[in-house]
Amino acid sequence: MISVHGLRKHYKVHKRPPGLKAALRSLVHRTYSTVKAVDGISFDIRPGERVGFLGPNGAGKTTTLKVLSGLLHPSEGEVRVDGHVPRLREEAFLKKIMLVMGQKQQLLWDLPPSETFELNRAIYDVPPAQYKQTLDELVSLLEIGDLIGKPTRQLSLGERMKCELAAALIHRPRVLFLDEPTIGLDVSMQATMRTFIKEYNEKYGATLILTSHYMDDVAALCPRVIVIDKGLLSYDGSLDALVQRVRPEKRVVLRLAEEVDGARLAPLGKVVTHEAGTAVLQVRQDAVNATISRALSGLPVTDLTVENAPLEEVMSELFAENKARRQQADADAPAVPA
Amino acid sequence: MSLRTVARALPTMLRVGFAEAVAYRAEMLVWVLSTTMPLVNMVLWMAVAKNAPVGNYGREDFVGYFLATFAVRQLTSAWAAWLINWEVKQGTLSMRLLRPISPLWAYASENVAGIPMRLVVALPVVVLSVVLVGSKAVPQTALGWGLFLVAVVGGWAITFLANIALGALSLFMDSSQKMMEVWMVLFFVCSGYMFPVELLPDGLRALIDWLPFRYQMGLPVEMMTGAHDLSTALGLLARQWAWVVGMFAIAMALWRHGVKRFAAFGG
Repeated sequence: MISVHGLRKHYKVHKRPPGLKAALRSLVHRTYSTVKAVDGISFDIRPGERVGFLGPNGAGKTTTLKVLSGLLHPSEGEVRVDGHVPRLREEAFLKKIMLVMGQKQQLLWDLPPSETFELNRAIYDVPPAQYKQTLDELVSLLEIGDLIGKPTRQLSLGERMKCELAAALIHRPRVLFLDEPTIGLDVSMQATMRTFIKEYNEKYGATLILTSHYMDDVAALCPRVIVIDKGLLSYDGSLDALVQRVRPEKRVVLRLAEEVDGARLAPLGKVVTHEAGTAVLQVRQDAVNATISRALSGLPVTDLTVENAPLEEVMSELFAENKARRQQADADAPAVPA
Repeated sequence: MSLRTVARALPTMLRVGFAEAVAYRAEMLVWVLSTTMPLVNMVLWMAVAKNAPVGNYGREDFVGYFLATFAVRQLTSAWAAWLINWEVKQGTLSMRLLRPISPLWAYASENVAGIPMRLVVALPVVVLSVVLVGSKAVPQTALGWGLFLVAVVGGWAITFLANIALGALSLFMDSSQKMMEVWMVLFFVCSGYMFPVELLPDGLRALIDWLPFRYQMGLPVEMMTGAHDLSTALGLLARQWAWVVGMFAIAMALWRHGVKRFAAFGG
């Protein structure tokens, strides 16, 4: 469905230090630098897959999504989405895809969302019966029946985001790019959006790429993740395998009936936290059973769970590893004579 | 995109555009008030022509000319350049580019959809002009009305396409707003908006005849007030539509090349 090979997107950026002097100098002489937003990434995505696109700020995630949706022309590389070359922005291609950006809106600000839905129906040439059916489904699943008649400007952020998603799906796109779709939403609204997105994917077999800084979004929606950092692909595989690779240790969470001295916990594993009757231990996977036995026999345990390390920690460790590797590579690189 | 898609979508786009124009009625009213310069010019030139006509224009002619200018401005205005500048800077042009219809159709339909609201202001002014100046304030024949209509559509097309061209320049430079301001200054001086171009010296007038500005404003006004015989009118309309074609080519070239450079900032 999606194939990306050797994608590069480089920008020429005008650089200027702050201050009046620099401003005046920039009138006659400008200094440019090249930003490598995406620097040679390749991947393939099968129809109906849900893929999380992860990376720190400025990693190149959104740039890649914009290239895939035809907004940006790649500097180099080959990109195809369902057989189309996105940069050509063919009508057939644009009717198959949608990019939802949490920080950009397509809803008409002073008119009710129903007007945007109607506009999209006309622009995407959706047959009336299909439009009615899709709209009824979206209204019911997203619970926006009371909202679509109010002017968009009077809706809360969460309400607006639900209507944005509905507007984006009126034409039933087969490929959905979601860029931070839950940004700024409260926990319950985030959960609603996740459930809805998953249902849409399962019902219509839509291919889905998601970027989000909320790891819960990724954990709930994406069996596969692609990690990019500084424009380079650093991981492509299952989320579980990523966690196993970066943080193979498990977390044993102990709820204790009474306060226990830290010295009694230390022999069981690395103490991650120990406060208010709860202790979290980090132990090797092959030592989990032994640790549980020792904890149950030696400590006043009322409850016990075994978990993976939080995804946020896994990701920050991965990014830190990548950064250290880059710094090492820079240090090892032979100096270029002046 | 196919013309079929455009033809199907356009009625809804116009209807939604009209709904937006109605929603922005306060803004629209303020904009209309900001276009009252012809009324100020009318009073000024009436004072100048108090004792003797200026060129071929007496006091009554100035009344007819500037009231027609006010009405024509309502019908031929476009503001796509400001919108494109803003959307390029904010990155919100992305949302338009994602749709399977050119953003230019959207800008055009939003512009045209506002005309009924502006007609509400323009029509009473035309009636007032007829009351003050008599029937010569408007075309006398069906053919005259037809030529006026062609001139108004041509004037709007040049103005809109110039807006697209100037707006598209923002895809090449940081902002093209200053270019738009320069264009507006030239428009005010050369279009007949501030004074009839007939009052300019012959050399300058000959130059202005080759520029697009007169065909944006002065020509439709002259058609409304019956300033030309048929053959002169047809010659001027031919020049106007040559500018429409030329401006279309310039606007399309800048837009197509500009969109390839779009950086989709933000988000």
